Amino acid sequence: MNRSLLSLAAALVSGVVFGIGLALARMTDPQKIKDFLDVAAIPSGGWDPSLAFVMGGGVLVGLAGLRLDRWLRAPLAAPKFISTNHARIDRPLVVGAAIFGLGWGLSGFCPGPAVADLGLVPGDVFLFVLAMLVGSWGAGQVAEWSRIQEAANVTAM
Amino acid sequence: MENFTPLSATIGGVLIGLATTLLWVVNGRTAGISNIAGGVYPLRAGDTLWRVVFLIGLPIGALVGFNLGPSILPEIPRTLPEIVMTPVALVASGLLVGIGTRVGRGCTSGHGICGLSRLSPRSFVAVGTFMATAMVTVFVVRHVVG
Repeated sequence: MNRSLLSLAAALVSGVVFGIGLALARMTDPQKIKDFLDVAAIPSGGWDPSLAFVMGGGVLVGLAGLRLDRWLRAPLAAPKFISTNHARIDRPLVVGAAIFGLGWGLSGFCPGPAVADLGLVPGDVFLFVLAMLVGSWGAGQVAEWSRIQEAANVTAM
Repeated sequence: MENFTPLSATIGGVLIGLATTLLWVVNGRTAGISNIAGGVYPLRAGDTLWRVVFLIGLPIGALVGFNLGPSILPEIPRTLPEIVMTPVALVASGLLVGIGTRVGRGCTSGHGICGLSRLSPRSFVAVGTFMATAMVTVFVVRHVVG
């Protein structure tokens, strides 16, 4: 199998396994997400800590799995590892995460479960996914535009 | 805690970790869903198709998990999740999630699973922040307004 076919197969299998994990953990149910976020229900015993176990299970595997690049010169079907690690803790990180949390708390949907629910759960999940793509694209455009403005200002000085 | 399902949650989490590992080892990419979805458009040669293929895999996997889950583990419900939100609220929430994950460069999978696995200080800050605002939001919606 050539490399590009292998990389597409891996992407498909990864997406499928990711989706199975979300469904088994019932993270596809926004109500269950909200039951985790509802910390006010702790005293009454109505709190659902399941989401923390999902993250715990994922991180446990990831701690080992995302370190496998140390033993590899390159990914099996790509020229190099593309790390999304950025060093600085800056304002966009905190502001963006805060906005994301607000939206997540409103619906109980974050990107993975929303896409996984497309075609599975009856209702208007596609509206959430469309709005999410538009929001992400729009924020990217604004960032691009302000970079151009900044560069123009620097040149003008 | 009558709805607490620790076993299926942990198994689901482990599968998500394995999916993340596979994408990293074979493709050298991080399985952050907001990044994968947000990078589909604009189209770029060599960088769009894997994203689309991964995203198509998600609902296929969810369908498989939904159908097989209850027979493997009785604690997994047989009922489909219900979406009880108005279209306006869904759109508003989607916009906030899209903007927030782009500005903050990650969501529950990118920062939550991958970032924490890499012990990235940025991701610890991001997870703490979005957990906090999401919890406050649910508190206000469920207990103050609702």
